[in-house]
Amino acid sequence: MISRVYVKPKGLDNRARLYLNGWSGLVPKNTKLQILDSYKIKRNLKSKDLEKIANFLTNPILEEFSINKLPSSIENFTYAVEIGYLPGVTDNVGHTVKETITDLLHLKNNSNLEVYTSKVFLISGNIKLDAVKKVASSLHNPLIESSFIASAKEIKKGLPLKAPTVILKKNIPVIKVPLLDLFEEELIKIGREGIKEEKGNTRRGPLALDLPSMKAIQTYFAKLKRDPTDIELESLAQTWSEHCKHTIFANPIDNIKDGLYKTYIKGATNLIRKKKGKRDFCVSVFSDNSGGIIFDKNYLVTHKVETHNSPSALDPFGGAITGIVGVNRDTIGFGLGAKPVANVYGFCFGNPADEQIFFKNKNLTQPMLPPKRIMDGVIKGINVGGNCSGIPTLSGFMKFDDRYRAKPLVFAGTVGLIPRKINGHPSHIKSAKAGDYIVMVGGRVGLDGIHGATFSSVVMDSNSPATAVQIGDPITQKKLSDAVVKEARDMNLYNSITDNGAGGLSCSVAEMAKECGGARVNLEKVPLKYPGLRPWEIWISESQERMTLSVPKKKWKTFQRLMQGRGVEATTIGEFTNTPHCVVSYKGKKIMDIDMEFLHNGLPKQYLTTIPYSYTYAEPELPRELSRTKVLENLLGTLNINSFAFVSQQYDHEVQAGSVLKSLSGRGRINTDTQVFRPVLSSNKGVILSSATYPSYSDINTYHMASCALDTAVRNIVASGGKLSHLAILDNFCWSSSHEKKRLAELVDSVKACYDYAVGYGTPFISGKDSMFNNFRGYNGKGKEVAIAIPPTLLISAIGVMSDIYKVVSPEFKNTGDIIYLLGETNNELGASEYYKLLAEKQGNNALGNSVPKVNLKDNLKVYKMLEKAIQEELLSSSLSVTSGGLAIALAKACVGGMLGCDVSVKNLSGNSILIDAKLFSESQGRVLVSVSLKNIKAFEKVTRGVSCAKLGKVTKEKITITDKRKVVKTTVKKLHTIYHKFSDSMK
Amino acid sequence: MKQKKKTSKLKVIIMSGYGLNCEEETKFAFETAGGLADIAHINDLIAKPKTLSRYDILAFPGGFSYGDDTGSGKAYANKFKNHLSKELKEFLSRDTLVIGICNGFQIITSLGILPGALTYNKNGKYLDRWVDLKIEGKKNQSPWLKGIKKISFPIAHGEGRYVINQKEYKNLSKNHQIALIYAKGEVCNFQNLEANPNGSDYDIAGVLAYNGRVFGLMPHPERAMFSHQSPLWSKNKKVPKEGLPRLNTRRGEGLQIFKNAINYFK
Repeated sequence: MISRVYVKPKGLDNRARLYLNGWSGLVPKNTKLQILDSYKIKRNLKSKDLEKIANFLTNPILEEFSINKLPSSIENFTYAVEIGYLPGVTDNVGHTVKETITDLLHLKNNSNLEVYTSKVFLISGNIKLDAVKKVASSLHNPLIESSFIASAKEIKKGLPLKAPTVILKKNIPVIKVPLLDLFEEELIKIGREGIKEEKGNTRRGPLALDLPSMKAIQTYFAKLKRDPTDIELESLAQTWSEHCKHTIFANPIDNIKDGLYKTYIKGATNLIRKKKGKRDFCVSVFSDNSGGIIFDKNYLVTHKVETHNSPSALDPFGGAITGIVGVNRDTIGFGLGAKPVANVYGFCFGNPADEQIFFKNKNLTQPMLPPKRIMDGVIKGINVGGNCSGIPTLSGFMKFDDRYRAKPLVFAGTVGLIPRKINGHPSHIKSAKAGDYIVMVGGRVGLDGIHGATFSSVVMDSNSPATAVQIGDPITQKKLSDAVVKEARDMNLYNSITDNGAGGLSCSVAEMAKECGGARVNLEKVPLKYPGLRPWEIWISESQERMTLSVPKKKWKTFQRLMQGRGVEATTIGEFTNTPHCVVSYKGKKIMDIDMEFLHNGLPKQYLTTIPYSYTYAEPELPRELSRTKVLENLLGTLNINSFAFVSQQYDHEVQAGSVLKSLSGRGRINTDTQVFRPVLSSNKGVILSSATYPSYSDINTYHMASCALDTAVRNIVASGGKLSHLAILDNFCWSSSHEKKRLAELVDSVKACYDYAVGYGTPFISGKDSMFNNFRGYNGKGKEVAIAIPPTLLISAIGVMSDIYKVVSPEFKNTGDIIYLLGETNNELGASEYYKLLAEKQGNNALGNSVPKVNLKDNLKVYKMLEKAIQEELLSSSLSVTSGGLAIALAKACVGGMLGCDVSVKNLSGNSILIDAKLFSESQGRVLVSVSLKNIKAFEKVTRGVSCAKLGKVTKEKITITDKRKVVKTTVKKLHTIYHKFSDSMK
Repeated sequence: MKQKKKTSKLKVIIMSGYGLNCEEETKFAFETAGGLADIAHINDLIAKPKTLSRYDILAFPGGFSYGDDTGSGKAYANKFKNHLSKELKEFLSRDTLVIGICNGFQIITSLGILPGALTYNKNGKYLDRWVDLKIEGKKNQSPWLKGIKKISFPIAHGEGRYVINQKEYKNLSKNHQIALIYAKGEVCNFQNLEANPNGSDYDIAGVLAYNGRVFGLMPHPERAMFSHQSPLWSKNKKVPKEGLPRLNTRRGEGLQIFKNAINYFK
């Protein structure tokens, strides 16, 4: 039996007003809205109990309830729209209510209780059905949600009582795939489109295995003289996916026989560590879920940055929340379990004003979401994921480029903290032991996220599976995280732990099995969200909030009791073994038996080759007039430069009480490039974070793109008080069309730059990730074919340790009269700069110029060492790294931050810039804008001896003037403040 | 009658579990103030409800219990009510203190031990920023607020709009139950921010009950324990000299709340 409880807010409902604002243009002006929360409860309940439940769901001061009929107090309405979840989609509120009811009624067994939540929008006024349909489509994402529209008349007695139950077709649990007899054509087809279902002609979705891989599998099973089962093939596809094995970085390319990763990324780290000798601060790099470095004598800090691009394109909210909650597990899964202490994010979106819709398929029935909707959903996903988990979301950035319109980039990262020793044992070392139980903890397994790993390894088109979408449940994970990191870890209850991410159990179990030899899994023991899943689905499902642990048998009872007490489900699903096989059985029958060696190392090597590329552009026409005031104002208001305070302030960046340099700083609340926090409240040491990316430089040259990103990330840190000697970096490569040789050449260039500058600065890579196929292939509204490839994007994230947080320097000007200096050289480097992009856009051409900024390692090192000294001696009032938009934008931001003006001259800059445009807007690297109070000038000028340092002028009250030979900029800080925050204010 | 406890440290119990998440910094605050604080998972307290009688101060910290599902604080309060009503009543009947911060405030209003309710911010979005607070009513009315006139902390919430009807407001006012109101002060003037960011009725940020012993507030005093946490710090910053016990010289304003609680029993 299904009953329904409606809860209605009393009095003014803010949500209604906000929705109506969002619908302006869709609905007539006089439209009114009432919103009800609805809870469908499936179980036979006495009416007394139902009443009790309804009371528990209602705060009598704010709300009232009704049971099985609409509340009597509702006003007349014309249409009702109900938005609920599709069958099988995670319903977080539903879970909470189920728990509440179980607790309230003291139920021993809640297996036949289900709760489904939905929102009911009652719309009144003179509104047509067409408009209601539009409203409904703005309210839901059809990949995960359902909408039901009815007129008032149709639902007089209440909305229908149907539950969105998952009903799966009865299928044969395991099928053999007759691989041995297949010809190439069919092998290719299986690799590309998936295994054919036993009945009908449908396929299960991409395995993303190419022909050589399929042939290797064929050969392997030919030796065993049997065909593989579906689960064996699916399992290999997961483990061998680009997503898991990073084949493009691992395979030999041109004459780089050990591949890019080993030669340049790991190569750089190894060399740096060797050079550092005793001062090496790396502890666990590249081998675990996150990279770990020394924080102090008692703790390590870890960092990991992930991308969640493809899922965020389909369901921006679900994709982003799963991204952030997922990377939290890379922290919990570091060593024996680190505590997440900070989240970071980075978004690359299309222009939110772009309303053009693209479609996945030719008959235009599968629309992609427009950039604004993607942006809103992604921002909200990181909001809910971070805020609900009690992890401060500190650092972030937003970049915009039309080429991210169909496939956005969503970076999500987490910093963790772990004692260096746990009960005397080094915390970063873990090893599953033969005989340990394989234990799955956290959420249950459903169809969500099947083929996530293989899906992200291919181009997004109409074959992209809908089941690749998942919704994270931060509270389930928070319970899991607290129980593991704050309790079970310190009680020594397990030997090893890893995250269930891409590939689900198939990857986590196979990974951990490497530590001891092999594993034996009984899949029927895995708890499911609903019945009917086939073994291969259980094995590779990416249902969220799960970790896999290896628990010694004699500790299982204690572990189980602890988890029960914390409301966390824990199940033994098998045993780790010392036989080198990964064996899976289902209801007593062996359905998978693959050699560990083949599973992990059977993927055939491929030799990649590149062909050279070069791009040249016209130089843009520069403004003829003398004044650059308007240009500066326009540039400050562009999306890549202006404020995104509306994002920073909706993310809790102060939880855990360690904030030092926050995401917004100063009187004028500018976004900071660097953030600092103290993860251990009793210590004055701090963690300092930053990141940088310059995707548009890739249009000219990826070597310089990468070196600028690395230089900026490092410089941001040093400019705020970090030190090169205790600074590590992370790479995230997001590429497109990585089968193309030119794209690969661009990749090689950028990776070489990573090596050169990481080694040059002595900043080791400690973790990294790549996402190589950020392409979209589809159709525009007219049915014309469209292909969009993102620009090669490298995000460099930096993490350092500050020995004294009280010495941090924030970017904004502080006091009138302080003297302003520019450190570093300003060269004529405007190619692909924000300024040139703005000119090109205005002139309607692609005149990006060619002089992309180049990084001068030797000179920059001098500047950075000098800066470290100046900050150590507390000589700086403010310090801001000069990045996108150049010197003029840095001045504008420092002014807006302090709500102060400046009077500066750019006549005597160091470097080869001659034109005013270059002096103001060149994006030359290695530069830092600082201000110094009069009392510190002498000491400051002493430490700057021998480095490029230009005295520009002084901080003033409110007027901003920049002079070259003549006055070129004249404005006020108030005006710039308004421009800087305009976009953000419009998003509030 | 106040209990005299000079020999042993004051004992604080801080609730945790199901998504509460500020328990560790709240513990740090109480311990820095001189108390002895234990973090207790609600299920452990349910299993041994009598342990509550060993404590002098009960704290419901901030967080996102049950993800705010069905309304902030509701589900956690329901669980507490469903198992620990008797013990809570007994606890309140002694000369004890209770504090609910942010989600904790939402929980204890749902428990019914504080008047009013909390709901969605007026602009519907989660908001993290600093606010200035004015202490309402008579001085020394609540042990929690002794000696404080104005103070600044951060808020971080999506459902912090305090709702109360006019009649009850008058009662609150009369009984000196309004603890804190949002008011323009140092931080708002500095960053040009509105005083009452969530639209709370009568600008109420915190309320009292049980003669001021029970205190609920949306802003987070435990996030203002160090001087560097204030948005004004980087403007006025002074770097403490090396060698000094900095932790003790660079305190933020928020710590006073916790010190007051500990001092109440001295």
